[in-house]
Amino acid sequence: MHVPDGFFDAPTSVATGAVAAGAIAVALRGARRELDDRTAPMAGLVAAFVFAVQMLNFPVGFGTSGHLLGGAMAAVLVGPWTALLCVSVVLLVQALLFADGGITALGTNITLLAIVGVVVGWLIFRLVRRVLPRTVRSVPVAAAVGAFLSVPAAALVFVGLYLVGGTVDVPAAALTVSMLGWHALIGIGEAVITGLTVASIVAVRPDLVHGARPVLESRELEIRTPGLEQV
Amino acid sequence: MSTRRFFVGFALVAVLLAGVVSYFASSSPDGLDRTAGDHGISSAEREHAAGDSPFADYGTEGVGNGLLSGGLAGVVGVGVVLVVAGGIAFAVRRKPDRG
Repeated sequence: MHVPDGFFDAPTSVATGAVAAGAIAVALRGARRELDDRTAPMAGLVAAFVFAVQMLNFPVGFGTSGHLLGGAMAAVLVGPWTALLCVSVVLLVQALLFADGGITALGTNITLLAIVGVVVGWLIFRLVRRVLPRTVRSVPVAAAVGAFLSVPAAALVFVGLYLVGGTVDVPAAALTVSMLGWHALIGIGEAVITGLTVASIVAVRPDLVHGARPVLESRELEIRTPGLEQV
Repeated sequence: MSTRRFFVGFALVAVLLAGVVSYFASSSPDGLDRTAGDHGISSAEREHAAGDSPFADYGTEGVGNGLLSGGLAGVVGVGVVLVVAGGIAFAVRRKPDRG
């Protein structure tokens, strides 16, 4: 879901550019609380991983494909403020180096994929995590639900923006049905990739997963006596 | 698993996905492109300002082999994103108190 140049009029592109710049400024402050010597390399790696997986378009049927947006996944792995920065860097590099996503549409793309993707993914993740048992196993499940809903949410925001500042007249209902339909399907892929990735990392290093921290902190300490573990 | 081992493994997975697996990605239009094509939105698309980048459209200029061209572009992208995002993260992180 990379908007190219020309889809939106200038005022909308400027407005989403301002929203994106403001969000990044706030995120730079917020990320300070999420990042230390141990999690800073994780942030770079998560951004690189999101870039890599975004290259992997998967078919969703009817001659259409989709790819990971990555906002929900990044939020669960490194925290929402850092995730916003990570996805924004991915979009910036894609626009400048790979001609993917317009340069005048960068603000729009950051708004859709970084802001909406991260915020919706993270809020739904927290909501689902609260309902599920407080175990490490719940973390990838909650992440998958957040990932799934973040995709149609971004599609809906695109539709809203397009009806305000789109350059071609399209009936609102037709545009909504098309965007929501495709992105509900793509959301399933987003959920599977996010769930598997978070599950893999939680299995080996749960302490490096931002969204698993409250669960780890509340885990009861158990006494393990050396030598008795084999019994 | 040690932190260093984990980070190296994570980076290798990203390199492998962007460098090799990306060759097998679907080339069908994505959900937005499909919608834009079906509803006449694509007609408004303008030429990309960075269209003459050596890695435009995830290929490497001057490399004929598809697997190599896309793979190189993917690996370069992973490296650039890693350095830029990692650099920002290191710059804004909480520094450990020194004395």
